[in-house]
Order: sequence, then C-alpha cells, then structure tokens
Amino acid sequence: MSECKHCETRGARLIAWIDERFPLLKVWNEHLAKYYAPKNFNFWYFFGSFALLVLVNQIVTGIWLTMNYKPDARLAFDSVEAIMRDFNWGWLIRYMHSTGASMFFIVIYLHMFRGMMYGSYKKPRELVWLLGMSLYVALMAEAFMGYLLPWGQMSYWGANVIVSLFSAIPVIGEDLATWIRGDFLISDVTLNRFFSFHVIAVPLVIVFLVFLHIVALHKVGSNNPDGIEIKEKKDENGVPLDGIPFHPYYTVKDLFGATVFLAVCAWIVFYAPEFGGYFLEKPNFIPADPLKTPEHIAPVWYFTPYYSILRAIPSKFGGMLAMFLAIFILFFLPWLDRCPVKSIRYRGNIYRIALALFVVSFLALGYLGTIPPTPTAAFFGVLFTFIYFGFFVLMPIYTRLEVTRPVPERLTMPKPLLEREGWFWDLVRQAISCFHKAPWFTKVTAQWQKIRTFMENNKYLRHFL
Amino acid sequence: MKSILYLVLLLTPLWAAAELGAPLQQPNIEVTDTASVRRGLELYVDRCLGCHSLKHLRYRRLQRDLRLSDEEIKALFPHLERIVGTMTTAMDPEDAARWFGVAAPDLSERIRALGADWLYTYLRSFYKDETRPFGVNNWLFPDVAMPHVLWDLQGEQEAVTAQLGDTVVIQKLELVERGKLSPQEYDKALTDLVNFLAYAAEPAQLERRRIGPYVLLFLFLLALVTYRLKKAYWKDVH
Amino acid sequence: MSATDIDLEKRRFLTRTTLALGAVGAGMAAVPFVGYLKPGANALEAAAPIDVDVSKLEDGQLIRVEWRGQPIWVLKRTEEMLETLEKLEPLLRDPDSDKSVQPESCKNRYRSIKPEIFVAVGICTHLGCSPTYRPEVAPPDLGKNWLGGFFCPCHGSRFDLAGRVYKKVPAPTNLVVPPYRYVTDTHIVVGEEQQEAV
Repeated sequence: MSECKHCETRGARLIAWIDERFPLLKVWNEHLAKYYAPKNFNFWYFFGSFALLVLVNQIVTGIWLTMNYKPDARLAFDSVEAIMRDFNWGWLIRYMHSTGASMFFIVIYLHMFRGMMYGSYKKPRELVWLLGMSLYVALMAEAFMGYLLPWGQMSYWGANVIVSLFSAIPVIGEDLATWIRGDFLISDVTLNRFFSFHVIAVPLVIVFLVFLHIVALHKVGSNNPDGIEIKEKKDENGVPLDGIPFHPYYTVKDLFGATVFLAVCAWIVFYAPEFGGYFLEKPNFIPADPLKTPEHIAPVWYFTPYYSILRAIPSKFGGMLAMFLAIFILFFLPWLDRCPVKSIRYRGNIYRIALALFVVSFLALGYLGTIPPTPTAAFFGVLFTFIYFGFFVLMPIYTRLEVTRPVPERLTMPKPLLEREGWFWDLVRQAISCFHKAPWFTKVTAQWQKIRTFMENNKYLRHFL
Repeated sequence: MKSILYLVLLLTPLWAAAELGAPLQQPNIEVTDTASVRRGLELYVDRCLGCHSLKHLRYRRLQRDLRLSDEEIKALFPHLERIVGTMTTAMDPEDAARWFGVAAPDLSERIRALGADWLYTYLRSFYKDETRPFGVNNWLFPDVAMPHVLWDLQGEQEAVTAQLGDTVVIQKLELVERGKLSPQEYDKALTDLVNFLAYAAEPAQLERRRIGPYVLLFLFLLALVTYRLKKAYWKDVH
Repeated sequence: MSATDIDLEKRRFLTRTTLALGAVGAGMAAVPFVGYLKPGANALEAAAPIDVDVSKLEDGQLIRVEWRGQPIWVLKRTEEMLETLEKLEPLLRDPDSDKSVQPESCKNRYRSIKPEIFVAVGICTHLGCSPTYRPEVAPPDLGKNWLGGFFCPCHGSRFDLAGRVYKKVPAPTNLVVPPYRYVTDTHIVVGEEQQEAV
C-alpha cells in the first residue's frame, strides 16, 4: 500500500491518531477494503444492502415523524393528518416511511429467497440464517406495532384481530391478550405501549441484530450463486482466487443498484403512495371506531400469506398455531435440508420444483389473504397451506433423493446477456437483428456515432463512454 | 325488521356499501385542474358544507393551492372574520344525529377511503322512494340517511326494477323530471365537486406530483453516472 | 486481472462526479428534513395578526392582549403622561431608540404611530419578566422622581411611559414595540406593519 506516501498529510495524521485509539483501519479493512466477496454476485445479491438502506430511511423518517406524532387515542389520527397537511414536507416524510415499510418486506423476501436458491443457510452459515430469521421476526413485530399508530380503522381492527389470537391459547389465553393490550380492548393504553415498542425497543433490537448478522456473515464469508466456498482456493497471499475486495468493487456496484432502487421507491412515493391500497389501505384513512368493524379486514400485504394460513385452519387455536409455525419453521431450514450441494444451479430437479411450488404457494397465500374468504378462496387457501408446509416437512426426504449435478471447482462468471444460451436469448438476438435491418436504426446509429465521436474527443465527456 | 336493517346500516361503514348495488362509474378526476376544483368548492360550500365539515382542510391551504384572494375567500365564507382555521361546519353533531339519524361524516377524512368513483356514482344514484323519510333512496347506498341535496339540479330519477326470484332488483335509474341542469351539465358539476373533494382528501398530491419528475430525473442521472463508475471499476474483474 | 487496461483517470473522474452529484442529492434530500422543523400551518396561524379595538380605552387605561404567546400592552396615554416623556430624556439610556426594536413608524419620542396610543410587548428586555404598569407619580417605593412608567419587579428595571429604559438598571434596551397598523382610528391590527402615514 502507498499509505506512507501520504503520511505527511493532515488527513492521514488524523486517521493515524484515531487508529491508535480505535481499530478504524482494522474495521475498514476487515469489512470493506479487505473483505473478499465472490466476484460473481448477480442481481439477487443487491437486496442485503438495499435492506440496510431502507433501515436507515425508516430510522431517519421515523425520528422526524415522532416529532409531531401524538401517541394518544384522541389525537393520533389527527396528528397524522397534521403531519400530512400542516407541517412542511410532512407528507413526503410520512410517505417515505410508509413506502419504506413495504419496500423493507419486498427486499427482505427477495433476500430470503436468494438464500433459499443458493443455499446460503447451509453450513457454515447457519447462524447467519438464524440471525436473519430473528431479524425478520423483529421486523414483523415492528411493522405490526407501527401499523396501529395512525389509529385508523385498519390499524385498530387489524391489531384487534391479531391480539385476539392470543386468547385462543388454552387456560392463559384471555389473560394474556388482556395483558398485551393493557386493557380489555385495544385502547389508548395499547397505543402507548405499541408506540414505545415501535420507536424504541424493537428498533434497538433490529439494529443490534443487523450488527450480529453482518459480523456472522463476515466471519464465514459470503456465499455465491455457485454455492462454492471461495476460501478453499487462495493465492500465496491468502487472498481467495475468486474473491474481490468488497470496497471498491461492490460498493460501486451497490451504489448503482441503490440509485435504481431509490428511483423505484421515489416513483411510488411521488406517484402511487397508496400503491393501489396495498401500501396504505384505504379504510385506514377513516379514524378508528371501536363500534364499527370494517366489512373486510385484511392485514397489510406482507402479512397476508400467514393470514391465509390462519384462515385455512378451521379452529381458532389451530389457526394461530399454524400461523406461528409457518414463520418458525423457517428457522429450521438449515437442518431440514439434507442435500450437500448448496446452489440451485447444481441441485436436482426435485428441489427446483419444490422451491418453485413453495414460491407459488407463498404468493398465492399472499393474494388469498387480501380477498374476502369465499368458499373457492378457502379451498385454495387450504391447498396452498398444505404445499407451504409440505415444502418444509418433506424436505428431509426429498433432499436426500436429489440427483445433483457436478459442482465446478471455481466460480463461473456470468456470461454477457447477449451471449447466453437458450430459446429466450435466441429470440432476443433475432429481435435485435430485425432492428439492425430497419432504416431508422441506421439513421439513429449514425447520429449516435456523431455524438460518440464528439464525446470521445472531449476531455471530460469521454469518461462517460 | 326495518329497525334491525337500519341498525345494521349504522354499524356498516360507508365503504362496505360499495360492494352492493349500482355499478361504479368513473369521472375524469384531475385535481390539477384548478378551475374545476374551484367550481367544485363553490358547489360544496353551497350544498354540502352545511352538514359535512372538512376539518383537516385549512382556509389558508385552500387559498394557496387554489390561488384565491382574501376577498374571494371572504365571499365564499362570509362568517369568517380572519382567515384562520379549517373548514368546520356550524352544525352540532348531536343535532345532526337527531335530524338524520346519524352525524354527517367529516369528508376530509372519508373521501380518501371511499374514492372519487364511489362518490361520483353515489351522487348520481338517488331515486324516488316515498317510503324513505326524505322521499329518496340511493341505489349505491341503500336506505341512506342523507337527502338528495342536488335534486333541483339533477331532477328526479325513478328506479327501473325487475323481479329476480323473490326479490326486486334495480336495473337502472331513469330521469323522469329534468332539473335545472341537463344530464351532461349535472355530470360536469358533479365531476367538479368530486374533483374538489379528491383534492381536499390529500392536498399534498399537488406538491408531490410537481416535485416527482425532478426527483426521478436526478436519480436517473445519478444512475447513469454510477453505472459508468461501476463499469470503470469492474473492467479488471474477469 | 491486468493492471494495464485500468484507466485510473477515468475512475477518478467518475468517482468525483458521483461524489459531487451525491452531495447535491444529499443536500436536496436534507431540504424536507430541515423544512419540517419550521413552524407548521398551525403555529403560523396562531402567530397571525390580531385585531384590537381601542375605542373603549379610557384615558390612562392599559389592556393586555396575546399575540404569538406574548403579552401585548395597549395603553391610552393622557396629555400629562405624554409631557413626562421629554422631561425624562436625560435619565434614559436610549432616548432616541437607536439600539431598540420597533417598527420604523414608531421610531420617535412616543414610540408609537399616534402619540396617545402606545403598543408594546410586555416583556422586560433584561430576562423576560413582565414589568408592572405604574402610572402614579412619586409612589413611596419608586421614589419622588418617578413620573409614571413601567417597573420590572424581578430585577428593578425601570421604563418610562414610552417603554424607554432608564440608565443604571439591568435592562439593556427599550421595550420592544411590535409591528401594528391602524385599520380605522379605533381598530388596530397587531402583527402587520403600518404602510402609509396616518
């Protein structure tokens, strides 16, 4: 390294001063500059950093919202309206928070799916998975309690339904539900404690778990789409042959990804903050009324798969058990999966089909949870609940029967899109060659060539090519 | 029996009614059309504000967003001494409950849940029904407690019914007596009114739509640059 | 990896462009978060100008109204009271109100638009107590030189009947005169500046 060349500069001396008192360079190197990540991360590997970005957004906008929110059943709804109308930019900060909540779950679900595709939960990453799952549960608690705060109809009745679930537990149920509410119904007391948990307790837990999740990950190193341990092949300096330092390679890549992700979020915030009633449910724009139950209560979309499972079981206690089991069974994934191969690229067709069925059932349960429980919906609810649990319960069996493919020794780099094989890419190539023949395409190309030449000759613009 | 039905209705929130009866029609809502929103405001003040408050909508906000002068505001709201506060109504909720059976809901917090389509359809769905206290019923919101406040504009409608098994169902509504406005003019006035309420439900939408393009443009530029940056660094990864 | 085809200049340029654009973005993102902390519509409306009817004020009577959470005094001064102002000037710290806060229309001996009606913020410029109105001449506790004025019980600051501070008291400047204007002869709006001369 060329550190000593800069030893004389003020910045370097400051860093040296800090480094004598705090392991600044050590942390920087271990987690960024000398943290070697597999070089073939694809699209699916963006979502971890996106989740971190959304977490920061939620904390910052949350702090700002708390400044003018009033955790009081008589004032809560109006204070949210005041934020939306009376405080400068309040609407933007509130929509950033509400959109962020839904985006958090989208990102987390994709992040978890990535783990299931490439076997990121398998040895030696079981703890990474367990910590991640704990984060997911904490996030659900955070979202559930946050949803009560606007004190709208859905806030109220959603919380009512979920807390009533606990009353299904034999013997202690009724007392437990009352204890959670601090009252005999969802009331001001409940609102206050949910507020306290939502803004202080659970965020602290989440931040701490994120820290542990990353520490655990960086201890064992990141998995990759090939499911190979890059640490097994190192050069003479102990650097994995297939690894590249996280900084600058993945920081610049994630920076680009984050910008695109922010653009998607911004589009929602500015043009569709309700997102068709999925991110902000329409009945929630009416203040909570303990005397009028909405005709159709549906939780926010990210809870609907579990809500469907709850409804699929024709017993209150059983439904509650099934719902919690559906979440907690995910914790056991590392031990249910008996296949030695990690990545879906080299796993057998059985697992590919099972995972596809699982995804379909999760999405279908999610959709069914948003619609009223008609007999048809109920039938499919039961069907997909069986598939959901089947995926996990039968996993120890079918993963043993898998016929896997040979796993390569070294990482495979993704081929450029247009060189890929398969009918889909053939079709794309054909479509492009059609364009090439069109007369307007030649014109556009000629124009672009002129612009290109101009840019190439410009001292600065040439860098954008 | 009827009182039970009535009780059920009271306990059923408004949006639940959206699933019964009349098919929803879709007006051309454009809250950036200030002229239309202003006409809607005038109609609202004239016909609705007597009972339905807009307690989250400030006069000052209205003035700013619709570009109204102090004089225009004072002409619309003669009782205002100073332009402060929100569009509340003078009617006591208890009086309302006595006169109509229910307190008239505040529309600044109701319309966003109901939607513009619902409101537009609702205001076109009143028909003559002598059995109701005000002589009218509503196809979209059966046994509604509200009188048809725009009847002199729309005229009178009658229901065309058909026998379906044991029940009588409404097939469509027919205008039997013309009001002051032609059906086209009435629909236009309603569109203005709904436009105003769509604005009142979320005044911030004007702001977010104005700012949105710039934010997206900036992020698009940043994405271009960061993409080139990523490419420049990844050139040596093979 | 081959080091030869790395264009370091390109990397540097693009890094700087990204940093510059990112800084611009962060700056713009900060705008709503800073703006949110400014007074909201509610606070601004509470701070709106208020109307005061002075037609019922008797000679020498002081009424208190509230504007922006501050006590506002409106005092109708008699001829005798106005005459004391000139006499007291040698005893005052800032008789011409050069270092004090008042609208331009009130920067005169009377510190008011019309001499007889005096409007001021009833908060001592020392540490924020509200002085008491003491119109009587030479009361035992204030001494025989007292010709009427305002006395702050907290730290003993003295002001004349135009709110001008005496020398040798802790208050540094004269009482603040808020912006106000006459709509009619008997109707004052506190919070808006007088535009034209009365």
